[in-house]
Amino acid sequence: MVRGLSFDILPGECFGLLGPNGAGKTTTLKILLGLVTATSGDVRIGESSIPHDARTVRQRIGVMPQMDNLDPDFTVEENLRVYGRYFGLAAAVLAQRIPVLLELVGLMNKAHSRIGELSGGMKRRLTLARALINDPDILVLDEPTTGLDPQARHVIWAGLRRLTQQGKTLVLTTHFMEEAERLCDHLVIIDHGKIIAEGSPRALIADQIEPRVSEIDGEQTAEWVRHYAAQCCDRFEVSDETLYCYHRDSTAIKIALQDYPGLRHVERTANLEDVFIKLTGRELRDN
Amino acid sequence: MAYDFSLPVLSLRFIPIWRRHFLVWRKLAIPSILGNLADPVFYMLGFGYGLGSLMPHIGGVSYLTFLSAGTLCYSTMNSASFEVLYSGFSRMHVQKTWDAILNAPMMLDDILLAELVWGASKSLLSGLAILLVIWVLGLEHDWALSLWTIPVALLIGITFSGMGLVMNAVSPNYDFFLYYFTLVITPMVLLCGVFYPADRMPVLLQEFAAWLPLTHAITLVRPLIMGEIPSRIALHITNMLIWSGASFWLASILTRRRLLK
Repeated sequence: MVRGLSFDILPGECFGLLGPNGAGKTTTLKILLGLVTATSGDVRIGESSIPHDARTVRQRIGVMPQMDNLDPDFTVEENLRVYGRYFGLAAAVLAQRIPVLLELVGLMNKAHSRIGELSGGMKRRLTLARALINDPDILVLDEPTTGLDPQARHVIWAGLRRLTQQGKTLVLTTHFMEEAERLCDHLVIIDHGKIIAEGSPRALIADQIEPRVSEIDGEQTAEWVRHYAAQCCDRFEVSDETLYCYHRDSTAIKIALQDYPGLRHVERTANLEDVFIKLTGRELRDN
Repeated sequence: MAYDFSLPVLSLRFIPIWRRHFLVWRKLAIPSILGNLADPVFYMLGFGYGLGSLMPHIGGVSYLTFLSAGTLCYSTMNSASFEVLYSGFSRMHVQKTWDAILNAPMMLDDILLAELVWGASKSLLSGLAILLVIWVLGLEHDWALSLWTIPVALLIGITFSGMGLVMNAVSPNYDFFLYYFTLVITPMVLLCGVFYPADRMPVLLQEFAAWLPLTHAITLVRPLIMGEIPSRIALHITNMLIWSGASFWLASILTRRRLLK
């Protein structure tokens, strides 16, 4: 369920749609692609309107779905060729494009492998290549790196950055804040189907949250919080035995910590994850 | 959510999806052909010779000839049903192939049409294989007339693909298809004259069977094998066309509701 979502995506930007599980990210993408019809409101892509022109619009969109749905009966190359035919691409165009895409995602020597022989990261890369088969202007990525190890994630990120440099518009959902912070120019955070914040990663951090965070943990956290948190932190949260203290200056904290050698203290710059947690809370979203 | 009752939009865009199914099939063609065809042929030969030796001629032909026409319809029906139910469900629900296709410039109607035509293609293949066995054994009474069973096989395929797609749209899992086979397909096989003339059943059941598509399929195919021109051809074709059209429409309404919500 999403309600009253309204945002603009500029050509050539990387637009990130953030939100906890069940916030409505995938539904929003499906509305965007014309796969689900909204009960009210409209989607316009250039001159076209969704869902009326969905077929023509999807001709210029590439989609990387959240779940891999590669064809297990086909090889890597066949997956790309068969998918390209759905766009009406001629055999000659595909023969020329497929090696280029395999090169881009580093699967040149896997062209004839079956899907079952690929690792999770390779499958994701192949799904990315498949999304590019029609040389789309717009790339829609639904949690492109979920379930990947850090190496594989960095490979996907590098690929996506190259695509933005080529001028493609990226629309991505993620719940990795690091991913959003690294890739996106423009973010929208949604929760319970509504927009709760919008802006560039840097602007969101500057506007929504104190610049520094001290994470303090140890057995005496609760006691320290009782005595000092209110006066040393601009804002704070306690989760288990960890205190998250948001502030502009840590001098008072360091002094107050002197009598508590058992407490561990890490001070860092506030990041997008802090913004996200502030806006959407710490509770688990399992639905 | 309200149902979308609009008629499916038929477009040639389904062809690349059909080609996909064909490519997958080609990789597994030999076990698939064996699995689909060996079974009906063995039954036909076993019952045809075994039971047939105890029986007088039926309508002037041997039991094996009589049964071969029933088998052609029966295996044609089964090919389409198994394809759109088990393989179709796997493509829709398990492998999520349909989801992938929907992200390309394809509509759900294209996917359903591809399933329908592909199921019918499998039926055509089954029909041809049984016809080949009929020819090899010399069971047909007029070779040229027996060729007309080929378009009938295609029509049977379209009919039962359409019906199967309705089940596919409402099925939560593979087990659900057992209801369809037990409650729809098996009674149809027993009522519509596959193994024995349908007119041997109680009148009430005959009247019921007269509505079923398999009855009309068999009423067309059997004379074609026995060297006769079927009577009331238009009625039989119309019956199957209505079943095809109505079930395909219903399938598209139900599938839209299932997937596009």
